[in-house]
Amino acid sequence: MRRYFIRKVLTYALAFFVGVTIDWAIPHMMPGDPVQLYLSNFNLKPAGYEALYKTMSQAFGTNLPLWEQYLHYWKGLLTGNWGISFWAFPAPVSTLIFEALPYTLALLVPAIVLSYIVGNRLGAAAARRRVLDNTVLPAGYVFQAIPYPWLALALPFLLGVVWHVFPISGGYDRSLIPAFSWTFIASLLYHWFLPFLTVFLVALGGWAIGMRNLVIYELENDSSRYLRALGARERVVRRYAYRSASLPQLSGLALALGVVVGGSIVTEYAFSYPGIGRLIFQAISNQDYFLLQGIFIFIIIGVLVANFIIDIVYVVVDPRTRLSMQGESS
Amino acid sequence: MSALKGSAPIGTLTTGGPAPPLAPAPRRRRETLYYAVHNKKLVFGLSLELVFVLAAIFGPVIALHNMTDFFASNQAPSGQHWLGTDNLGHDLFAEVVNGMQVSYLVGAIGALCAAFVGMALGFTAGWRGGFLDEVLQMITNIVVMIPALVLLIVIGAYLKTRGVMFEGAFIGLTTWPWVARAVRAQTFTLKSREFVDLARLSGKRGTSIVIREIAPNMASYLFLVVILLFGSSMLLAANFDFLGLGPTTGTSLGNIMNQSTLWSALQLHYWWWFLPPGILLTGMVAALLIANVGLDEVFNPKLREQ
Repeated sequence: MRRYFIRKVLTYALAFFVGVTIDWAIPHMMPGDPVQLYLSNFNLKPAGYEALYKTMSQAFGTNLPLWEQYLHYWKGLLTGNWGISFWAFPAPVSTLIFEALPYTLALLVPAIVLSYIVGNRLGAAAARRRVLDNTVLPAGYVFQAIPYPWLALALPFLLGVVWHVFPISGGYDRSLIPAFSWTFIASLLYHWFLPFLTVFLVALGGWAIGMRNLVIYELENDSSRYLRALGARERVVRRYAYRSASLPQLSGLALALGVVVGGSIVTEYAFSYPGIGRLIFQAISNQDYFLLQGIFIFIIIGVLVANFIIDIVYVVVDPRTRLSMQGESS
Repeated sequence: MSALKGSAPIGTLTTGGPAPPLAPAPRRRRETLYYAVHNKKLVFGLSLELVFVLAAIFGPVIALHNMTDFFASNQAPSGQHWLGTDNLGHDLFAEVVNGMQVSYLVGAIGALCAAFVGMALGFTAGWRGGFLDEVLQMITNIVVMIPALVLLIVIGAYLKTRGVMFEGAFIGLTTWPWVARAVRAQTFTLKSREFVDLARLSGKRGTSIVIREIAPNMASYLFLVVILLFGSSMLLAANFDFLGLGPTTGTSLGNIMNQSTLWSALQLHYWWWFLPPGILLTGMVAALLIANVGLDEVFNPKLREQ
């Protein structure tokens, strides 16, 4: 048990370390000097340039040796000082992230969890039932094969542009100011539905097909045969098969939830939805590297936390994990 | 024991997690062929895919216009322009068939890169075990956790030109952990079989045992994995291209969709601009998936319909 957790924690710590280091290293590996780039925006005389260059390098710490810059970066990171955004000056990076986060979470978490539930039920029901299987399976493949950007264009086109049922962009009506009122909440939900639907639909096929295949395997299992031999009814056998088949799906859910923050990028880009994904694009188009770095770190933390939670859930749900902690198993 | 089971919300394909089948012995090869020819899913999927491949190859030949020529802009489909024209007046049919070629290319590069890295690390970890295994597993777990799209955005923010090769390689280098995990688990179970012990007794070296004895036993499984990777790479590439992070040289299917949003094709009802590329890509990937399931049934008797 202890060895298992030590190994897990070590992996997470290393992943965090690697993530932070990549985040720090990428701008440093790129050619060009940020201070020089910044100063080239102004028409400066050589003498003035020299003096300004010196002060600016000192202010940003770019004159220090690399390892010292790296330590500074960690220090800022751990003390919660993630820097000030260039683009939304003088807002701190962390404030911007926390403002955008609720939109992303409210959009993706329900979509993924619902598609998980519905997809699993559909897949389990379709397994080894010819009529259902012949409808669910082909539909599942098509849904699985749809490129998400296309769905995010086709659905709004149909429901938004042609039939005028739902708005096709934004997180709320542009004439409203965010406030805790019924009109605003109604507007939020109204704008939320279409992006939610696209994420829900695109994930559905994968869950359904995965579950169908797993349940088929479980139904052919010796344990299922034993149950049948004991005279158990098919419903009971299926319920057991469903439970054992849920385990691999559960780790898939963990992964899907882990990439929630980063995974919303395409959705938010397509619908101009005001979440983390759009913040990333604003950071890029305004060359706001502090903001970009901050979001990257934040996403890595999100992935790590989701994985850690699922590790714990797995220990609770799957007795085999507890067993394998004692001995080596492949 | 499960295969590519990462059900990420966007652009990741899943199979169930069933135990992969063992390859048939040579004398059963004819039987496999029999089931392959008589498997409706496999035949249907393969023929459909063949149609798309032929369209990608010969599309530019039968296209009436060159991709780079200019005509009247934003025309609806007609006998002159089968899929209409875009805002610059380029013939969209010529662009789409070219985009199909790019999509296939990116998918192939991505799948081969991922398969190569994943198999190399998976076999090594599974065969050697011990400390090396721990280290490789840790690397795998770390790569899984680093969000690929965000990494690409961060790299893309600094890198000004990106080619098709870069995109394919990037996809391959971020999706290999699925292959590595599955191959490692398989190697572990095969390692303790008698025929491997026998090979060891005969004094063969480790690498040759892995290549000659272990790999052939999961050949069918690896084949399925590569096909799935091929499809998921194409979808991932479409996501990247749609965000404007794809190849800066050349036109892909995702690229066309990106251009259509940038020029508000949606609001202007220019459906011929953004609908065909996505429908084609859906068909290309769906055909692969269907063929893949058919193959799975051919290799694995348990899955066949009763």
